[in-house]
Amino acid sequence: MIKKRYILNFPPDSGDKPFSYHLVKDYDIRINILKAEVYPGKRGSLLLELQGKKENIENGVEYLRKQNIVCESLDKRIHFNEEKCIDCGNCTAVCFAGALTMNHETWKLEFDKSQCVVCELCIPACPLHLFEIDFR
Amino acid sequence: MSKIKTYEEINRKLKSGEAVVLTAEEVAKMAKEATPEEIAEKVDVVTTATFGAMCSSGAIINFGHASPPIRMEKIRLNGVPCYEGLAAVDSYIGATACDPDNPSYGGAHVIQDLLEGKDVVLEAWAKGTDCYPRKHIKTKINIETINEFVLFNPRNAYQNYNVAVNTTKRMIHTYMGTLLPNMRNATYSTSGELSPLLNDPEFRTIGIGTRIFLGGAQGFVVWPGTQFNTSKPKNEFGIPVSNAATIAVMGNLKEMSPDYIQAAYFEKYGVSLFVGIGIPIPILDADMAKRVSINNSQIETSVLDYGSPGTPKLGQVTYEELRSGFIKIDGKKVRTAPVSSLAKARKIADELKDWLLKGEFEVTKPIQIFPKNTALKGLKETEVDND
Repeated sequence: MIKKRYILNFPPDSGDKPFSYHLVKDYDIRINILKAEVYPGKRGSLLLELQGKKENIENGVEYLRKQNIVCESLDKRIHFNEEKCIDCGNCTAVCFAGALTMNHETWKLEFDKSQCVVCELCIPACPLHLFEIDFR
Repeated sequence: MSKIKTYEEINRKLKSGEAVVLTAEEVAKMAKEATPEEIAEKVDVVTTATFGAMCSSGAIINFGHASPPIRMEKIRLNGVPCYEGLAAVDSYIGATACDPDNPSYGGAHVIQDLLEGKDVVLEAWAKGTDCYPRKHIKTKINIETINEFVLFNPRNAYQNYNVAVNTTKRMIHTYMGTLLPNMRNATYSTSGELSPLLNDPEFRTIGIGTRIFLGGAQGFVVWPGTQFNTSKPKNEFGIPVSNAATIAVMGNLKEMSPDYIQAAYFEKYGVSLFVGIGIPIPILDADMAKRVSINNSQIETSVLDYGSPGTPKLGQVTYEELRSGFIKIDGKKVRTAPVSSLAKARKIADELKDWLLKGEFEVTKPIQIFPKNTALKGLKETEVDND
């Protein structure tokens, strides 16, 4: 069993398909919707956590892509300019998901992208503006 | 009777490579087993450091005279307003200055751009005089073209600082970072046991003329900082339990490094400047050894509600608790986060230690000690006659 987060972007005409039903029924994947933004008639974006057998998840993702849904792993959509980070800790103050934390030995920032829930609070909280998340 | 060392003795040892220099964190650890007398015997200098956003910062710049010359009466650097009331081509750019139409780029960013060697657009206007006929200039400048480029920060390195929380139902944006509603986080700022002014709380060795690490170069303490306050309540270890004393510092920006000077923009607050400061503390006697031995469990600070008018105090915590990741306020567990960089502060303390050990840096006896028994006035508003 593995657990992985994906960002899904739906084209305007894909809103009427029960894709989550198929992910559960046909691919035996447990899905957890962490964030959703739907603009009817325009587009929609979703942050999903998929849990299941590695092979099933791969096939499920393949199925989604065939439905014209953009499905990309979350870590590929998070951009963090680590080189410029000064380890001030401001981002950790707002990251209630626990993705951004300070190492209590070195006091350097640690970023576990797999914990991110795309609340996007770190983007304005970083005084150096080092975060970008491509959700929409 | 414990040993008493002079500045001269310590500097001689530094020059000859015999001195023992530790960081304030190292000496705090050592103090768990050694007495102040033993520490005074073994250790000559202790390095302290901080790297935090310090809003009361800025730079003095002399642009040089153009031909024909101009008496600059309105000045912009990359659109950021600079002070125009200093002769013809002198100016001061404050870190927090900005064009209201572009609030996320300010004086701190101009200072950083110049420091990094980038070109900056200087535009200035004047009425034109007999000796300065020109009325307008627009040109590019950089760190090589300007004469003086001096960091002059009226208030830096606060001796302790409050912890910020927010008890209201809405998120607020402050210089202490983003504070989540219902006290869901708490932010704190100083480097605790490594913080300069917490290691010499009575200012026996830090005063006017003290040579310091400033932004990666040698700088100086030039005055007590603005809002210098020695009347704040202290705990049993002689540590003020909220923001108290400050220092004004100066140094040559042309010698500094962008590693230790960093512009910042705080959402819905404004621009500020992270400044790296390191101060060496000579261990003159057992009393100084005792002061620098202070550790995070002995340094307390006040928790203030930044969401309520008058920022009421909700509690008092130690830096040991703050660093654990959680504090308790009224029985509620609140997650903590720093807003100044301890990793950078440690790097500064280590670098300063290295300079001292190589004999490249002397400890300086203050030319003048700081005033005692100072307090702060608020701004009292009085009625103004309208003509």
